[in-house]
Amino acid sequence: MATETLSRERVLEIIEECGGDKEHLLSILIEIQRECRRNYINEASARVVAEKLDIPLVQLYDILTFYAMLETKPRGRYIIEVCNNAPCYISKSHVMAKFLRKELGINFGETTPDGMFSLQYMPCVGACNIGPVIKIGDKVYGNLNEERIRKILKELRENAQ
Amino acid sequence: MVTSMHIDPNKMVTIKIDGIPVTVPSGTTIMEAARKIGIKIPSLCHHPDLGVRAFCRVCLVEDSHSRRLKTACNNLVDEAGDITTNSPKVRKARKTVLELLLANHPQDCLHCERNGKCELQTLAAEYNIRGNIFDPVWKPVPKEMSNPSLVRDMTKCVRCGRCVEACQAIQTTNAIGYSGRSTDFKITTAFEKPLSESPCVYCGQCVAVCPVGALYEKDDTQRVWDALDNKDKFVVVQTAPAVRVAIGEEFGMARGAIATGKMVAALRRLGFDKVFDTDFSADLTIMEEGYELIDRIKNGGTLPMITSCSPGWINFVEKTYPDLLPHVSSCKSPQQMFGAIAKTYYADKMGIPRDKMFVVSIMPCIAKKYECQRPEMNSSGYQDVDVVLTTRELAKMIRMAGLDFNFLPEEEFDHPLGLGSGAGAIFGTSGGGMEAAIRTVYEVVTGKEPQSLDFTACRGHEGIKEATLDLDGMPVKVAITNGLKNARVLMDKIRAGEADYHFIEVMCCPGGCVGGGGQPFRTTAAIREHRMDGLYKVDKSLPLRQSHKNPDIQTLYSEFLKEPNSHLAHELLHTHYQDRSAK
Repeated sequence: MATETLSRERVLEIIEECGGDKEHLLSILIEIQRECRRNYINEASARVVAEKLDIPLVQLYDILTFYAMLETKPRGRYIIEVCNNAPCYISKSHVMAKFLRKELGINFGETTPDGMFSLQYMPCVGACNIGPVIKIGDKVYGNLNEERIRKILKELRENAQ
Repeated sequence: MVTSMHIDPNKMVTIKIDGIPVTVPSGTTIMEAARKIGIKIPSLCHHPDLGVRAFCRVCLVEDSHSRRLKTACNNLVDEAGDITTNSPKVRKARKTVLELLLANHPQDCLHCERNGKCELQTLAAEYNIRGNIFDPVWKPVPKEMSNPSLVRDMTKCVRCGRCVEACQAIQTTNAIGYSGRSTDFKITTAFEKPLSESPCVYCGQCVAVCPVGALYEKDDTQRVWDALDNKDKFVVVQTAPAVRVAIGEEFGMARGAIATGKMVAALRRLGFDKVFDTDFSADLTIMEEGYELIDRIKNGGTLPMITSCSPGWINFVEKTYPDLLPHVSSCKSPQQMFGAIAKTYYADKMGIPRDKMFVVSIMPCIAKKYECQRPEMNSSGYQDVDVVLTTRELAKMIRMAGLDFNFLPEEEFDHPLGLGSGAGAIFGTSGGGMEAAIRTVYEVVTGKEPQSLDFTACRGHEGIKEATLDLDGMPVKVAITNGLKNARVLMDKIRAGEADYHFIEVMCCPGGCVGGGGQPFRTTAAIREHRMDGLYKVDKSLPLRQSHKNPDIQTLYSEFLKEPNSHLAHELLHTHYQDRSAK
């Protein structure tokens, strides 16, 4: 479903599907970002939203940069979010974080050169019993070790082909 | 934000400030109440004409009962009671806030555009700051100099938000805004684009309110010094109406003081070969624009016709309302008409080669710098106006030349491009362009002199004014607006087909040119009023108050242009606009 860039028509459809007015702005933006393969909202899409909802583009940009969940620059196709709260830390999430950095060759907040993965931290998702956990899209992965992480990355790479 | 719940402005509230009782209307801020008893509470983000943001945190005062600190700019007297503005705790807190601001601010004051005129520098001096308590955390950001009008040096930005308030709330241009949070919080265009790719119209209202050296006009003084020093150049200067009632403020004269004569003397001593007046070309504009209006009314042209003198306004229409461009008068602005006439009629008459003629404008405006560089503004075969300086830049040159402005004699403009009518003079204030036009159009249409030349319905700085004028049985409906937020209202009315006006005067800046982005810093609505009064005094004092009666304008037509809107007039004095909206 995700595409490289959303067409003007698709952005207009999303706006309508999400309620079509300013009150639904955040839902609209999240949905646009979700459909964009690189997990961000580009200027062209933002311009369509600004025009349709009659919000000055510069004010929309304020909103886009205010919320941590919204991004205005391309990110990885898969965003790997690592829990950095205490219970996961006790379950050695920092070791998993270090392994992910090494395996992907990027730091947190960065994206792999092939545009496949981004690394970022997230707060607790309430799955402490299976910590350390990471979240990719809507899916939470627990009971992690190096082997399991390698497998997850491999599966995602294959899935992307 | 100021809480506006349960505020009854008719109710009076009495509070104590430093033990002194103050009675003010409910809804007054602590800062305003303190002013009433002569206490100035420092602030970097507060500005009397702008909405309250409480970003800078300098204006701390102490609640005498709870001993808590609160900001004076956004807390109201209603909940105040007893306030201390000068306690050890307050002084220490304000000083710390300033020290924190300075840790995030480069301290190259000596080389800063605002050296000596910076509000942060002034406060640092007032609070006796003699060193850096905190390690510097600021990082250099490249200056944005990609346009001819203004420079953004965001390294200097203190994030007070005044510029955003001016851009979004006052002008509704929406070129700049906020982005990010916490330490990433900054002021930027959408998607960090250069201003030239934003809706920016270069009005400079952001520059006018910036407390520090983060926003300023592109300095062109050296180019003027170079021209003055070049023996091959014949350098003429024109001065816009609004400059004469503002330049004095730079040298300690009263607000709105009329400094025409001293300004002319200063320009002559700076070395300009001829000192001319944009009032002259404002009279010329009235002739061209007036006849264009009469033509549009009589021959079914696009109505309402809208004035085209204000370059920020033209940028706004081209970028935001391109579909309404046919409504805009095809007349160039007085500045550009002057340039075109100076480098054709005047140069030829004086036997000066056009390429040797150098035209400088002194303008209250930053957008004029962009306007003079438009490629279409070269009717003489050369760029018609070479350099535009703001009122502030002229003051800089006068200081650098060591001229004691107050000591200068009153001198007169040169002829023939230096004779302007009172109608030309009032071009510098909102409503003036309309009044000037009516003084001429009335007489051209009716063949009779108006009973009074004071069309007072046009005057004042309200956002939108409307009037219906009786041109001897022919009703002409006009509207006057200043500030782009108000202009937007009229443009939307035209778009909706609800505007039955014949003629609309729009000036981009609040109050018109007297409130231009190039005027002396710390301009407020109150100061604009003084400058406006100054211009009406200039008008009243002149024997000549109608553009078409200006003998030098009459000579220009008889010797050169033949008649208003003639073929030659169209070539030199009219222009075309283009759609510059973001696609």
